[in-house]
Amino acid sequence: MTPVSSAAATGPDTAAHALRPVRLPRRWLVASLAILLAAVLLGLTVGPAGLPLRGVLTEIVGLVPGVHLDGGLDDRQAAVLWQLRAPRVVLGLVVGAMLALAGAGYQGVFRNPLADPYLLGVAAGAGLGATFAIVSGGNRVLVPLAAFAGGVLGVAATYALGRGVGGRSTNSLILAGVAVAAFLTAVQTFVNQRNVDSLREVYGWILGRLLTAGWDEVLTVLPYIAVSAAVLLAHRRLLDVLSVGPDEAGTLGVPAARVRLVVVLAATLGTAAAVSVSGLIGFVGIVVPHIVRMLAGSSYRIVLPLAAALGATFLVVADLVARTVVSPGELPVGVVTAFVGAPFFTLVLRSARRTW
Amino acid sequence: MTALTAQDVGVTLLERQVVDGVSLSVPAGTWLTLVGPNGAGKSTLLRAVSGAVAHSGTIAFDGVEVARLRSRERARLVAVVPQDPTRPEGMTVLDYVLLGRTPYIPYLGTESAEDLAMAGELLDTLELRSLSHRLVTELSGGEFQRSVLARALSQQAPVLLLDEPTSSLDLGHAQQVLELVDELRASRGLTVVSALHDLTTAGQFADHLVLLADGRVVAQGSAQEVLTEELISAHYGARVRVLTDPQGGVVVVPLRPGRSVREIGGVA
Ligand SMILES: Nc1ncnc2c1ncn2[C@@H]1O[C@H](COP(=O)(O)OP(=O)(O)OP(=O)(O)O)[C@@H](O)[C@H]1O
Ligand SMILES: [Mg+2]
Repeated sequence: MTPVSSAAATGPDTAAHALRPVRLPRRWLVASLAILLAAVLLGLTVGPAGLPLRGVLTEIVGLVPGVHLDGGLDDRQAAVLWQLRAPRVVLGLVVGAMLALAGAGYQGVFRNPLADPYLLGVAAGAGLGATFAIVSGGNRVLVPLAAFAGGVLGVAATYALGRGVGGRSTNSLILAGVAVAAFLTAVQTFVNQRNVDSLREVYGWILGRLLTAGWDEVLTVLPYIAVSAAVLLAHRRLLDVLSVGPDEAGTLGVPAARVRLVVVLAATLGTAAAVSVSGLIGFVGIVVPHIVRMLAGSSYRIVLPLAAALGATFLVVADLVARTVVSPGELPVGVVTAFVGAPFFTLVLRSARRTW
Repeated sequence: MTALTAQDVGVTLLERQVVDGVSLSVPAGTWLTLVGPNGAGKSTLLRAVSGAVAHSGTIAFDGVEVARLRSRERARLVAVVPQDPTRPEGMTVLDYVLLGRTPYIPYLGTESAEDLAMAGELLDTLELRSLSHRLVTELSGGEFQRSVLARALSQQAPVLLLDEPTSSLDLGHAQQVLELVDELRASRGLTVVSALHDLTTAGQFADHLVLLADGRVVAQGSAQEVLTEELISAHYGARVRVLTDPQGGVVVVPLRPGRSVREIGGVA
């Protein structure tokens, strides 16, 4: 052991042990952006009316101010691209990225790899809020706000109940989330029974879909999601600090309760906004961060950015599957994500059991 | 250089008074060690000093009450080696040591080159450099304990709280770690408060010993004053022989009935 006063980095094995602190690995960043781009192009070109890739690329490049290219799409094709496909793909990107980020954020603050909007009562609360808004027949602009309020109430109830029964144990939190979600879903069912005329709209919403009527919905949720995503990404190092637990994080200068509150609010706001336009799309928040952890590392400085990219990719591809497998009909995209997510969830449980 | 004072400190956990009316004064640059049996309240008192648990009475650093400090300021003033630290999943030793730089990193910022250099220096000091890329979940108990100390030292705080910092260390590493802390105390004027189970070691490294039992101070003073056969037998329920070496050090030897300590040469 060398005395403290001796200079740094002069040990005999220094060169062999160059210090590499955790970083977002460039190759994973490049790879995930590449598959994201591929998914976007696939999402834009594939559909009942196939669009030529070359024409789509020409149209996209033509968006750059001052660039004028010929050989793009004809008017009908351009309308399909810009009025149908593009808003839908962008909505998929935004919602997928948000759900994955929110899932990773909840997992970080609750220090539980199974925490996710669906297990914490956020989605059920948002669903109930949105149901009330749809049933009451008011302005559709209120749906995201009602979903947000419901989501916050859902997670707050879960949190209060979880602490009440089992202190800080994360398992009791998950159990509380299940109870809260069951209760809120029961209330929602009751409300639906009393308002059969709006059942179709509510049901379509619950199953999750990226049907859009153009850009309006995208633009409605974008501000909420942009703010939430920025807040979550900004907390990536602090989420790593929280991994030593709230008490130790406190001695390291991080007010754990405040960070937790900020992250939960951001994740809830983003989830509620996403859910309000896309309905309940399950498993993105749990599957995507786990894949990233298994592939690239479990630091939130890696998980958050890669989960955003991969979540966006996942949902765009899932939506592509949803609208092509039973063409000319459509599956709800939530069915597709659950179809992949449910078996995966079981796998995660099996491998996670070792460490619990 | 920061002095620590505690006045009439009490902590209640689960409606039980776990620390009761404790008053201490730790002059800047000195080392105070808490001793006492399991459950005496040593860890709880240290947690109160670090602001991790609510307390009655006053705990102050150079007159500034700990409860008044924001967590960031507090972390620049007090570094902690907990008795039972969490091993975060998937984190390397280097990143773990860098956690100690958190109070100097802007709220949403990241580590600087200086932070990295300081972590590297501490990894060398604590013989951890060759382990710097290993996960903390894959270290031996002693390797991890040294990582925890490196994290605490990287906080560069003038007050260091050590809760059983050598419980997993072999004899050699235990001595080296405590010598290192003592060297830092002497060179940088660190104020150290530790809890130690090894009474002989406690006597060797402390300027002042405090014996806690049932949350109260039952004795305090020098090693000779606190480490007596009567006090140890009364509060630990242990049979020991206390020997004094010619330099004034105190050696606490556990006894078994029927076995003599006379054979221990050179001391008594
Ligand atoms: N979080 C807690 N909630 C309730 N009681 C606690 C808690 N932590 C400790 N205690 C109780 O407070 C008392 C003092 O505990 P503390 O950990 O301070 O003892 P200690 O002197 O550090 O013991 P040890 O030598 O075993 O480390 C014990 O009776 C313990 O059971
Ligand atoms: Mg203790």
